[in-house]
Amino acid sequence: MLKMENVSKTYRHRGQTVTALDNATVEIPRGDFVSVVGPSGSGKSTLLLMLGGMLSPSQGRVFLEEQSIYDLNPNERARLRREKVGFVFQTFNLVPYLSALENVQIPLFLAKMDNDAQGERAVALLERVGLGDRLHHKPCELSVGQQQRVALARMLANDPAVILADEPTGNLDPETSQQIIGFLEKFNEEGKTIVMVTHDPLAAKRAKRTLRLADGAILSERQAEETLHVA
Amino acid sequence: MRLRTLVLREIFERKSQLFTSFLAILLGITVIVSIKNISHYSEGAVAQEMDSLGANVLVLPKSATLQDYYSADMQGETIPEEYVTQLAMSDLAGLDNISPKLSVPVQLQGKNFTLTGILPKNEFQAKAAWSGAGIFSRPVGCGASVGMMGSDDKKTLSRKKVIETLEYNEALLGADVAAKLGLKDADKLEVLGKKFTVTAVLPQTGTVDDSRIFAHLHTVQELAGKGPVVNAIEIIGCCQEISAGLVDKLNRLLPDARVVTVAQIAKSQIKINRMMSNLSLMFLVIIVFVGGASIANYMYANVFERRREIGTLMALGADSRLILKVFLLKALLLGGAGGIGGYVLGSIFAMVLGPQLAGIRVWPMWELSIAAVGISIGLTLVASYFPARRAARLDPCATFQEI
Repeated sequence: MLKMENVSKTYRHRGQTVTALDNATVEIPRGDFVSVVGPSGSGKSTLLLMLGGMLSPSQGRVFLEEQSIYDLNPNERARLRREKVGFVFQTFNLVPYLSALENVQIPLFLAKMDNDAQGERAVALLERVGLGDRLHHKPCELSVGQQQRVALARMLANDPAVILADEPTGNLDPETSQQIIGFLEKFNEEGKTIVMVTHDPLAAKRAKRTLRLADGAILSERQAEETLHVA
Repeated sequence: MRLRTLVLREIFERKSQLFTSFLAILLGITVIVSIKNISHYSEGAVAQEMDSLGANVLVLPKSATLQDYYSADMQGETIPEEYVTQLAMSDLAGLDNISPKLSVPVQLQGKNFTLTGILPKNEFQAKAAWSGAGIFSRPVGCGASVGMMGSDDKKTLSRKKVIETLEYNEALLGADVAAKLGLKDADKLEVLGKKFTVTAVLPQTGTVDDSRIFAHLHTVQELAGKGPVVNAIEIIGCCQEISAGLVDKLNRLLPDARVVTVAQIAKSQIKINRMMSNLSLMFLVIIVFVGGASIANYMYANVFERRREIGTLMALGADSRLILKVFLLKALLLGGAGGIGGYVLGSIFAMVLGPQLAGIRVWPMWELSIAAVGISIGLTLVASYFPARRAARLDPCATFQEI
């Protein structure tokens, strides 16, 4: 499903070369649920962005369903994201001036879906995450947990095959975190491939396996229970 | 969700930030529309005033001295009638009416009068070569005189110096001539041995025209035995064209004649028109620089402020064209609103200030709405293009600092 082959990412910062990712090779099969852990600056974000077609590698190749993502031009990569990838962000990244319903409609609008059909699907998705009574609330009128659920509904809008989640529980209380991870587990059971960057060991253990990064390199790959034990 | 929903929601969410830029373009367009509107009606009013004075350009023999504008043709020198053909066939813009005159002194019942030969309008139109080119094919509209062309009222000669038709045996009498000779319409009159029918008695003008007997130019030429010559050619020229150097062009066209104009009237009009024109040009420059800079500045700030939102849209699958469209549609709406608002406000200001500043009544001109909206939208689109392009080229990774 997702594959990285000898991927490195370096960039210049104040005259010095910084290695964000160093010769990383990883394969994530369809239906997998992978958590990515490691200290800050270890390259987790870089890995996630590269898998989502948002950041081109300095060397190596990244594949999504046998398609080399960075052989596509930027607009073709945008289409690929629209059709196959769903992002979840730590700070939710909801558009502040749009209602919950309109936020969920954005991916559907980008996919050129008819306006009425957009509305129907967005309502169904918000009801699925328990926000059927908050359709016309703006993000500032929702709690952080509700905002993240709107973000989950938005992520699901175009039924992506791959979900890339960046610290999805990073801003949430433990109870809401459990709720969000529960949703991700459910999506995984429905066949979606999930890659989740997290600092939360409890969240990481809910994944099927864990990638540990340090200084841009993948140190180890362990099953969830073992990772939990280490943590 | 539609593109316009996305754009309009953002505009109304952050309307206070947009206000200054909107105000800059609104006021700029308002001022331009006001000035253009007032100056249009001002030019029209002055043109009408000029028109009421009759001819404003005279073509005279080189040696002629101009003592009295209204009796310029009453001197012995002549110029060839051929000059009329040259004027009619020329491509000079701004010649509304051409009226050649030949005057000879006559004595009737012991009183001295002037027999003046004039060329009626139908003589021009009868000549195929003239009607196909020259003054009749030029665009009209530089003065109210144009509307008089088709009039059959022969009394228009007193004001217009032009008459539609005049037969070889017809005569028009100045008010004093008619009074002194006791003649009225349809009476018979004999001048230099030729019998004429009085077709109209002209209204009092207070000029030497009141002592004239007007007849067909070719009849007068025949009676005077002078051949195909005239004493003067009176021209009603457009003020704008006079200011644009019509007299110089006429001098070049007819080097052996002397061309004079009512310089003071023309100059005052030139001054007003130039001032209005310069003023609106100045405001156009101001709006382009100040309004354009304000909009560009606002748009750059808007792109910076919304970079996370732009990155989110890109992560959700928006391509660079859509991001470009989001900002350009915003610019289009801003420009459209500024243009329409500026036109409405400018027209209201013109209607209110026109009578006070220029002493004329001013009405809204719909043509200005197209120009106002066009300038406004063009300006906002140009000013927003580079910020919009920057947004479309944003690196989405840079927009998510927390990833």
